[in-house]
Amino acid sequence: MTMIVLGSPLAIADESAPIVSVRNLRVAFDTPHGAVEAVRGISFDIAREKVGIVGESGSGKSMTGRAILRLTPPKARVSAERLDLHGQDLRALDERAMRLVRGRRMSMILQDPRYSLNPVVRVGEQIAEAYLVHRRVSRAEARDKARAMLETVRIRHPDRVYELYPHEVSGGMGQRVMIAMMLIAEPEFLIADEPTSALDVTVRLQVLAILDDLVQSRGLGLMFISHDLNLVATFCDRVLIMYAGRIVETCPAAELRRARHGYTRGLLESLPRIDKRRDRLPVLERDPAWRDAPAVSPREG
Amino acid sequence: MPLIDIRDLRVSFGEGVGAIRAVDAVSITIEEGEVYGLVGESGCGKSTLLRALAGLNPNWSGAMTVAGQILGPRRSTAQYKLMQMVFQDPYGSLHPRHTIDGLLAEPLAIHAIGESDRRIVEALDRVGLDASFRFRYPHQLSGGQRQRVAIARALIVEPRVLLLDEPTSALDVSIQAEVLNLLDDLRRSQKLTYLFVSHDLAVVTHMCRRIGVMRAGRLLEEMTVDALLAGGTTHPYTRHLYRASAGYDRRLADTAEVLDDSDEEIA
Ligand SMILES: Nc1ncnc2c1ncn2[C@@H]1O[C@H](COP(=O)(O)OP(=O)(O)OP(=O)(O)O)[C@@H](O)[C@H]1O
Ligand SMILES: Nc1ncnc2c1ncn2[C@@H]1O[C@H](COP(=O)(O)OP(=O)(O)OP(=O)(O)O)[C@@H](O)[C@H]1O
Ligand SMILES: [Mg+2]
Ligand SMILES: [Mg+2]
Repeated sequence: MTMIVLGSPLAIADESAPIVSVRNLRVAFDTPHGAVEAVRGISFDIAREKVGIVGESGSGKSMTGRAILRLTPPKARVSAERLDLHGQDLRALDERAMRLVRGRRMSMILQDPRYSLNPVVRVGEQIAEAYLVHRRVSRAEARDKARAMLETVRIRHPDRVYELYPHEVSGGMGQRVMIAMMLIAEPEFLIADEPTSALDVTVRLQVLAILDDLVQSRGLGLMFISHDLNLVATFCDRVLIMYAGRIVETCPAAELRRARHGYTRGLLESLPRIDKRRDRLPVLERDPAWRDAPAVSPREG
Repeated sequence: MPLIDIRDLRVSFGEGVGAIRAVDAVSITIEEGEVYGLVGESGCGKSTLLRALAGLNPNWSGAMTVAGQILGPRRSTAQYKLMQMVFQDPYGSLHPRHTIDGLLAEPLAIHAIGESDRRIVEALDRVGLDASFRFRYPHQLSGGQRQRVAIARALIVEPRVLLLDEPTSALDVSIQAEVLNLLDDLRRSQKLTYLFVSHDLAVVTHMCRRIGVMRAGRLLEEMTVDALLAGGTTHPYTRHLYRASAGYDRRLADTAEVLDDSDEEIA
C-alpha cells in the first residue's frame, strides 16, 4: 500500500510553545428551563503533542472543541479570557477571517460523521472540495489528492468508495472519510472528537498511526476527545479529565491508570476488562463536591 | 430449535464490476436468551447483516427464521415488532425535527400499544434520563444522551430480539457500564436475545458467550469467548484483533499493514 506524505513540517521556533492557548473558556445555553452551563471556565495549552480529553457524556468535551473553532450552535454564549492560535487572538477575528482559519489552520473531526457529511454529494467529492476551498489547484489535482487521502486512511477500495454517497458507506468508513477531509488541508491544529469510535481495533490502530506521524513529523497539535480511557492512556501524551464543564484532573497519559481523583477512578473502574471478568460493572457514584472543585491550572500535568 | 437461524445469507450492492458482496454466504444460529457477539473489520458487512435481519433491506437471499417464523422480503407488523435495532449512529437514527417524546411515541403508535405517557417516562428512566429530557430535540442532547434515547426507543415496544449495532461505542464508560448492566438485566427479566455488534473486545467478552468474526462479507470463524481468552483462535486476523484491543501500539500498527497486503481482495 502506498502512503502519501502529508505536507512539510510546520515552521515552529519552539517545540514546547503552545499552538493553542485557552484561558477561562465558558459556554452556556439559554433554555426555557434556565441556563445550561456546558463549559465552566477551563484553561489549557496544547503544543505539538497529543492531548487526550476524557470525561463522561455531557461534561463539555465537544463544546470545548467547538468553541475553539467557533463552531458552537447559534444559541450558545461563548466567552474566554484568551483563545489563541500561535499567539494570534482568535476572538478578534471576524467570521470571514475565522473561515480561513477553519479547515486551513485548524480543523475538527466531528463526533458524528454521517451527520456532518452532505448527504447528496459523493464522499470523494466532499474531500476534494475541502482541498479546493483552501488551495489553488485544478479539479483533477484535487480529485487525485482526495483519492490518495482515502488510501491514506486505509479505505480498501478507494475508487469505489470515492463514488459512494454518505448513506452507502459503513460507520467506520464514514469516520475515515471525515478524517481524510480534515487532514487534506494540512492543519496545524486538529481537534478529533471521538474520531475512531466506529472503527474496529485493527483499522483504528492504523488511523491513529497516521495522526501520530503527523504530530511527530509535522508538529501537529492534537486535541483527542475520547471515551476510551485505555486508548487515551496508550496513545496520548497528556490527559485532561473533564467533569461538569471543568477540568478536574490532569496527568501524563501513561499515569492515567493510576489517577487519583475519585471521578477518574470511577471511570476506570467501570471499564469492562478482558483479563478480569465480572458479572456486573461498577457504575460511577457521583460526589456533589466534584462539581464545585476549583479549576485545575493549565500548567499542571 | 434456535431462536434465530440464518442460512447462507447474501446481500449485494451495485451491479457489474462495481458490485460488492457485503454479506457473503453467512450462516449463524442463536439460541433464545443468548448474546451472540459479532466482530470484524470496518466495512465487513456487520450492519448490513443486521439490517437484512431487521427487515430494513429486502434485497437479500438465503433463509432466515426467527422464533419459528420464516422471514420473507416483506414483513408483517408483528414480525417487525419481534426484532428491534439499535443503530450505530445516534444521529442518523433519530429524526431531528421530533422531540424525544415524539420519537418514543411513534413506535408505540405503529404497534398500537397504549399507555404511552407512562411507557415513555419509564423508558427514559430505564436508560438513565430524567423527565426533563422528554421535550427536548435530539440536537439539544450530547452524543451519549442521544444513544440512550435510541435504546429507549428500541425497548419501548418490548421486542424479543435486540439487534445492537455498537450500542455503546458513542457512550462514556460509566454510561456504558450502566447500559451493559441494564441490557443484562433486561435480557434476564424479559427473556431477550441479543445479536451484539461491537469492535470493543472487552465489551464483547463481557456480554457474550459466543462470538463470530467477520471479514469482507464472510464469517471467518466462530468461537466461544472462553476459547478466545484461552488463545484458541485459528485465524491470524482474529489474533491480531485480540492484540490490537490492548490499546495503541505503533509497532502493531505496522504489522497490520503486512496482514492487509497478504490478504485476498474480495469485491
Ligand atoms: N443546543 C443545546 N441546548 C442546550 N444544552 C445543550 C445544547 N447542546 C449541548 N448542550 C448541553 O451541553 C452539555 C455539554 O455537551 P457536549 O456535547 O460538549 O458533551 P460531551 O462531553 O461532548 O458529551 P458526549 O461524550 O456525550 O459527546 C451537555 O449537557 C448538553 O446537554
Ligand atoms: N446502500 C449501500 N450502497 C452501496 N454499498 C453499501 C450500502 N450499504 C453498505 N454498503 C457497503 O457494504 C459494505 C459493508 O457495510 P456495513 O455497513 O455492513 O459494514 P460494517 O461491518 O457495519 O462496518 P463498520 O464497522 O464500519 O460499521 C461496505 O463496503 C459498504 O460500503
Ligand atoms: Mg461530544
Ligand atoms: Mg456498521
